[in-house]
Amino acid sequence: MQTRKKILRTAIALTTGALLFAPGLALAMDADDAPESITIDSMANLYSAVEFDHLMHTEYASCAECHHHTTGVPVADPNCIRCHAYTPEGDDVSCTGCHEANRFDKEYLDTLNDPQIYHIDKPGLKGAYHLNCIGCHEAIDGPTGCQDCHTMTEAGEERFDTGKHAPAGGSSGAHH
Amino acid sequence: MKKLNRRSFIKGGLATTAAAAVLKEKTSVASGDFDNYPEGMGVIVDLTRCVGCRSCEAACNKEQGLPEPAEPFDDFSVFDQIHHGQKRRTDESKYTVVNRYDPPEIDHPLFRKIQCNHCNEPACLTSCFVNAYTKTPEGAVIYNSKVCVGCRTCMVACPFYIPTFKYSKAFTPKIMKCIFCYDTRLKNGKPPACVEACPQEALTFGKRKDVLKIGKQRIRETPGKYVDHIYGEHEVGGTAWMYLSSVPFDKVGFDTHVPKEPIINSVKEFLAMVPMVLTIWPGLFVGFHLLATRKDKIKELEMEKEAKAKKANENDKKEEQV
Repeated sequence: MQTRKKILRTAIALTTGALLFAPGLALAMDADDAPESITIDSMANLYSAVEFDHLMHTEYASCAECHHHTTGVPVADPNCIRCHAYTPEGDDVSCTGCHEANRFDKEYLDTLNDPQIYHIDKPGLKGAYHLNCIGCHEAIDGPTGCQDCHTMTEAGEERFDTGKHAPAGGSSGAHH
Repeated sequence: MKKLNRRSFIKGGLATTAAAAVLKEKTSVASGDFDNYPEGMGVIVDLTRCVGCRSCEAACNKEQGLPEPAEPFDDFSVFDQIHHGQKRRTDESKYTVVNRYDPPEIDHPLFRKIQCNHCNEPACLTSCFVNAYTKTPEGAVIYNSKVCVGCRTCMVACPFYIPTFKYSKAFTPKIMKCIFCYDTRLKNGKPPACVEACPQEALTFGKRKDVLKIGKQRIRETPGKYVDHIYGEHEVGGTAWMYLSSVPFDKVGFDTHVPKEPIINSVKEFLAMVPMVLTIWPGLFVGFHLLATRKDKIKELEMEKEAKAKKANENDKKEEQV
């Protein structure tokens, strides 16, 4: 994959002129470029890490549905097209590249005060995962229960007063 | 003693009434001009995002050190609970509650989180005669149990039925309500625990004016997704916590009949009358009474004089006879 990218980059350098006319075609990634599986563990605490089967998910969704304009695949959302109709492949296509894990850090919140910024409403990393995953899972009848994707940890059971920490006489483990 | 005649009395009375009217005018202008801490924080709750996971309830419980719940926070049967014909509400053991609504207009349920809305001009604060409530510049409406006398007027005054009373401790009155995590988080610039816990970012935290902008952007850029209204932008004069919904707000349990101005405005005219009634009226009406009965008194005095004179006359005559 690395060499392929290098070749691609050389090609970009050599065909700058052509890029002006058809950047999307020259730069679009496809599913073969992607990793088969990703471990999502940067925020694991109340729930354990998620083993995300990336390859399997490429069968259900186009790159742009999750990666928006970053993979060079044209976006469909008319609102995004206003600016991102011809956005080339980005240097970083991972979720963490744009969606802040420390969503409520003062430094991050301060960056939103820039009056030039359009994306004042960009979800943080946790929000981005859940909004995107659950939204699609509901639409195509995928699993939507919390523990269908990540099992609750000991800390989670304490937080939710469930499992080992269930209140005496209360029921536990109920799902939607 | 200085004598009070009718003319000077009426003059004085009119002057005091006019002064009271002017003062009243002044106070109402001042209250309307209060700009509600423009840098105050706020939260916008997006009902279209909430999935009813109750993570906010669990986070609040731990952050505020509230008692162990009756049911675990991952028990979703609580959404079917009905108490006195109503869905779950806040009480001394929960500062926030999520309820499920099944509006017939849409094919999926909506979940609505309730907590103190942290009004710009809170009715609880206005109604409290010992000033137990404070609206902080950060936007939180906080409460001081040390001065509270447990009269519970704030519970009656709140248009959202949020403050609740700790009935389990009768001799140390305490009102229990969401304080925006003021002590532990907000005053340090951190969002409340519920906001941080929400996996769906159904709760968006920031300066009130900024989250209001975000709410308006969502309505504008996703046409048809939301009703064109932000609940709390103007309700009861504006609240720090505001809501976005995909169905009309009355379909998901919101009171859409609350006034668009602070609750204080509905009672201000009455409150301005109180000092006038208590201070001016007694003097005014005692004066009227004295004026009305003055002639009678004079008559009485004259009659007494006449009677005395008669008696004296009679006595004189008797003496003459003797």
